[in-house]
Amino acid sequence: MKVSVVRNILEANEALAQKNRKLFKEKGLFTINLMSSPGAGKTTLLENTVEALKDRLRMAVIEGDIQSSVDARRIAKKGVQAIQINTDGGCHLDANMIQNVLAHLDLDNLDLLIVENVGNLVCPAEFDIGENVKAMILSVTEGDDKPLKYPVMFRESAVLLINKIDLLPYTNCKINNINKAALKLNPKIKIFEVSCRTGEGLENWYKWIRQQTKKK
Amino acid sequence: MHELSIAQGILDIIRDEAEKNSIERISAVRLKLGKLTAVEPSSLSFCFELITKGTLAEGARLEIETVPITGRCAQCGREFTLEDPFCNCPGCQGLKIDILTGREFYICEIETDD
Repeated sequence: MKVSVVRNILEANEALAQKNRKLFKEKGLFTINLMSSPGAGKTTLLENTVEALKDRLRMAVIEGDIQSSVDARRIAKKGVQAIQINTDGGCHLDANMIQNVLAHLDLDNLDLLIVENVGNLVCPAEFDIGENVKAMILSVTEGDDKPLKYPVMFRESAVLLINKIDLLPYTNCKINNINKAALKLNPKIKIFEVSCRTGEGLENWYKWIRQQTKKK
Repeated sequence: MHELSIAQGILDIIRDEAEKNSIERISAVRLKLGKLTAVEPSSLSFCFELITKGTLAEGARLEIETVPITGRCAQCGREFTLEDPFCNCPGCQGLKIDILTGREFYICEIETDD
């Protein structure tokens, strides 16, 4: 006997993500799911972002890592609340993990929540956590062929930050190749070319965040 | 690497459907998997076999039908299959392609020998 089913395999996660999304909306909170490979500069971007915006926006950060609370400590040092999730081997954050830590945040008194996903250019793109936008970082040292090799994340992200542009002279990376391929995959993607080390280009990213939080 | 949690999701759904339809053993599960997802079929099959041990779906066949990436050219309206997500329109060489299929990931059928 055959039974027709037609059910989305990720339905359990998606139901929880919708719950998170509804809650964020009720609280007027703008949420960003920040993704990249390990070492692309997610935490450094967040350190800079917290520093630049903490006086204007009430913000908090959720840090996702396989192990350790190194990142949450780095962010907390900058003076905002940071909560660490350890996935203990899991390659991505899911909606349930986010829901479990939301009780530790004072959502009524927040404008911006940034979730730093586990460093991984593949899996996090598949799992909705209820965010408003997915943003990703690609650093120029990773090479300009990454959109070709990992198209899903580039398709799913609303924002692409191309980081470490101060290192361009020391790599064979052609930044135009990244731009072209990313726009081909996702014509609406917003691209910021930045260096989290020197601060170059970050003003545009801050400005974009401020515009988004105003819409909330 | 996330195929194990996905296999768990499949098992949860088929258990639920089996209960609804009073099925005691599942012999096959059919699913559609778009080529534009980050799920690896062979890894998923391996995890499914592992996770169904000792359940109503132990030994069940996991039949994965791959869904190709298709798109429509925003310029000339032609619909075609994309060999990779970077193809131009084969008709007018247009660059802007709206993706129609390739993101599917769902169970379409379960089968029982009962």
